Amino acid sequence: MTNTNLFPTADEHSVPALWRAQIDGQLAASERVLAWIQTDLDQRLHFERGLVVLTNLRLLACREGGTAWAQWPLQSGLSLRKRDHAAVGTLELVDGAACLDSWRYTLGRDPSAQRLIDAHTDATKSLSSGVDTPSIRAICPRCRAGLPDGKQACPACAAAAEGAAESAPSTWVLFRLWRFARPYRGQLALGFLLTVAATAATLVAPYLTMPLMDKVLIPYQKGVPIDPMLVGMYMGGLLGAALLAWLLGWARTYILALVSERIGADLRTQTYEHLLRLSLQYFGGKRTGDLIARIGSETDRICIFLSLHLLDFANDVLMIIMTSVILASIDPWLALATLLPLPFIAWLIHLVRDRLRTGFEKVDRIWAEVTSVLADTIPGIRVVKAFAQEQRESDRFREANQHNLAVNDRVNRVWSLFTPTVTLMTEIGLLIVWAFGIWQIAHNHITVGVLTAFLAYISRFYLRLDSMSRIVSVTQKAAAGAKRIFDILDHVSSVPEPANPIPLNTVEGRIDIEGAAFRYGNRAVIRGIDLTIKPGEMIGLVGHSGSGKSTLVNLICRFYDVSDGAIKIDGIDVRSVPVADFRRHIGLVLQEPFLFFGTIADNIAYGKPDATRAEIIAAARAAHAHDFILRLPHGYDSLVGERGQSLSGGERQRISIARALLIDPRILILDEATSSVDTETEKEIQKALDNLVLGRTTIAIAHRLSTLRRADRLVVLDRGQVVEVGDHETLMGLEGAYFRLYQAQVRQEEDEVEPKVWRLEVDEDAGG
Amino acid sequence: MPAADFILERDAFGRLVLTLADSSVHVGVVAVRAFPIAAPHDGIALMSSDGHELVWLDDLVQLAEPVRELLESHLATREFVPEIKAIRSVSSFATPSTWVVETDRGQTQLVLKGEEGIRRLARSSLLIADSHGVQYLVRDIGTLDRHSRKLLDRFL
Repeated sequence: MTNTNLFPTADEHSVPALWRAQIDGQLAASERVLAWIQTDLDQRLHFERGLVVLTNLRLLACREGGTAWAQWPLQSGLSLRKRDHAAVGTLELVDGAACLDSWRYTLGRDPSAQRLIDAHTDATKSLSSGVDTPSIRAICPRCRAGLPDGKQACPACAAAAEGAAESAPSTWVLFRLWRFARPYRGQLALGFLLTVAATAATLVAPYLTMPLMDKVLIPYQKGVPIDPMLVGMYMGGLLGAALLAWLLGWARTYILALVSERIGADLRTQTYEHLLRLSLQYFGGKRTGDLIARIGSETDRICIFLSLHLLDFANDVLMIIMTSVILASIDPWLALATLLPLPFIAWLIHLVRDRLRTGFEKVDRIWAEVTSVLADTIPGIRVVKAFAQEQRESDRFREANQHNLAVNDRVNRVWSLFTPTVTLMTEIGLLIVWAFGIWQIAHNHITVGVLTAFLAYISRFYLRLDSMSRIVSVTQKAAAGAKRIFDILDHVSSVPEPANPIPLNTVEGRIDIEGAAFRYGNRAVIRGIDLTIKPGEMIGLVGHSGSGKSTLVNLICRFYDVSDGAIKIDGIDVRSVPVADFRRHIGLVLQEPFLFFGTIADNIAYGKPDATRAEIIAAARAAHAHDFILRLPHGYDSLVGERGQSLSGGERQRISIARALLIDPRILILDEATSSVDTETEKEIQKALDNLVLGRTTIAIAHRLSTLRRADRLVVLDRGQVVEVGDHETLMGLEGAYFRLYQAQVRQEEDEVEPKVWRLEVDEDAGG
Repeated sequence: MPAADFILERDAFGRLVLTLADSSVHVGVVAVRAFPIAAPHDGIALMSSDGHELVWLDDLVQLAEPVRELLESHLATREFVPEIKAIRSVSSFATPSTWVVETDRGQTQLVLKGEEGIRRLARSSLLIADSHGVQYLVRDIGTLDRHSRKLLDRFL
């Protein structure tokens, strides 16, 4: 009994309410819950809830609605294990001879399954040893990092889980732009004041028509001569008001346009900065065209909205309010008649609003689809042409365009009806004012001048209403754009910066991989790898394609975070050091070297922009790139294109090696660095690499096993697991996986008649 | 391939044990459909636990009764692509959004993380991946009810 109070576990408190009553009925007095999992699938994989509970005495299981509890008392020999496939986890209870029972769940519940298994292992162990082990394990079930007291998940994982939960932005998303407007609130306030003044100035003119009519024109019709002084005064007033409105309008537009342009620029740079900080996982799931469109045109659209449409709208609202006040002060009844159509128009606008918004969102998405087709095809143009699929690609583009047209047509159908309807309302409104005005004049309630002034006001007034109705569509467009921008800004990097970073100054280069696992979507790519790499050691990663070599390297670079286990550098978890600090110590040479547009010197100095010319040349020399660079017409100042088209594969590779050499990293990663070149060039590159590898912790992936001859140890991976470790001789002696890989390659090399053709097939084979 | 040149059984751990004509025994064999969505009934492979093809079956129909039943029940516990029959509600039209859906495997909730979680397979069929990697299939948008289509349309 007292035990329950002495060791309250976090789990116990959070058993779902649905089950609590049932469990309490089952438990004996001294029994306490250690861990549980709420399963959500039955054996046929239909959605049905069930519960598996571990107490200090036994394991209990029940289905929703069922009253029968299956139970297995704790005893040694019984163990729980889990496996998963296609997002479905299976938890099995096995003894030495058979599987006793199994439960299914979707992968979201995997952490609680792990907790249950861990707790079960502990409980079984304490049963045999007689010692009560603490029921809370001090590590996070998700990432195995140490846990703060009393927490079930480590802060990083909890934050990630929260980020994944619902936090959907509402339609008020445009107000979130305030974050970007804040720095300019002074200018914005000034702009607003100017707007009020400018609007007031424009309203003077119609007001002056009233005395002009009543005191000049009507008396003249009755035979009173025109007083030139009076006319001159009114005319001067009209001119003065017009000039003042012009001046104020100019100042207002200029200031607000200036501000909105800056807000747009801030928005763009911040979005781009945030985008660059997101993990590779994010980029993997997005299409380039879509991202470019978001940052490019969406920010521009928001900027135009702010500087043009929102400004006009604010102006219009002010105008309507001021006009209403003026009209009401002149004649309340006529003002009422004038303003009567207003609610109808507002209602109409509201009605169309929803339809238009979804429509415009759709248009945006379709537009991204159209650009995506372009972004897919143009970089792959050689494949398109080689397989003569131009027609198919142009059909795909046409289809995307057709889709675009269809959606636009639907939006335009609603939209086209909208404006004429507002115009019709305006006309009807005018008609009402005329009718009511004439009736009022006939009863001598108002003068002709008042009616003229009213008509002058409301013709402007309704004109504004018409343009105001346009705000609906532009606001919706801007809101849709803002939503798409905030989609990026709200995205939390799956490689988060640590909350309390441990500074990483000097790095020795020891890497410990402890039980690392990684899942991409629902596919487990790395399953529990343990490996210790000593400082300065060269490791060769070997295995078929798809065995997880590149993924492991990506995990070491922290392009992704492990989903289980840990990777440590010099004994520090890579998740607890600042990302940029960590990557500074890593040199990466990829299979397809990427050269940015710029000079060769710029490209070599990419990782260290302040490098001196002498350093650049030294790096190029060490990379065996110096000679060929000097043979180029402009030497180190030669421009290379987006993909370095004018250089050969080997030359580009040596530039990227020089790039890695220049930052002098402690850890070097060679991902198929020599795979895309012929044997001759490979020898050149190999020489450059030998310089690079010297004294650094090196992890090399290579298809051709001969290129790994200098490796201290070879690690053979198969389906995400380490199967063999050792040097070439040892592994050959084992006659295992490495031996088979090596034999296969030797055989290929013997058969190699036309090397190029063969290589292609080899790669394809391994990819299968 | 003739139907009876292998023996397939289930052991006490629930694993499939395959004995081939050359009397080699493979424990923990896995059956895999080659085109689980486009053509679920054509082409089923029996793979060894280390991921190599052992037996290729063009069609389940060619198998004798006990083996076929065994394979079918094995496939049923392995495959998990719930087919969405109706969308009851969505929490918001902006992502992430929680959907309550009716599937062929009962009612459930899924969290759509982003619009890119919805992938068009063919003109009228969709594959929707939720935040945990479960793939939901919409076989034909046209067969959904009006309400579901309207909700879905907002995300397409």
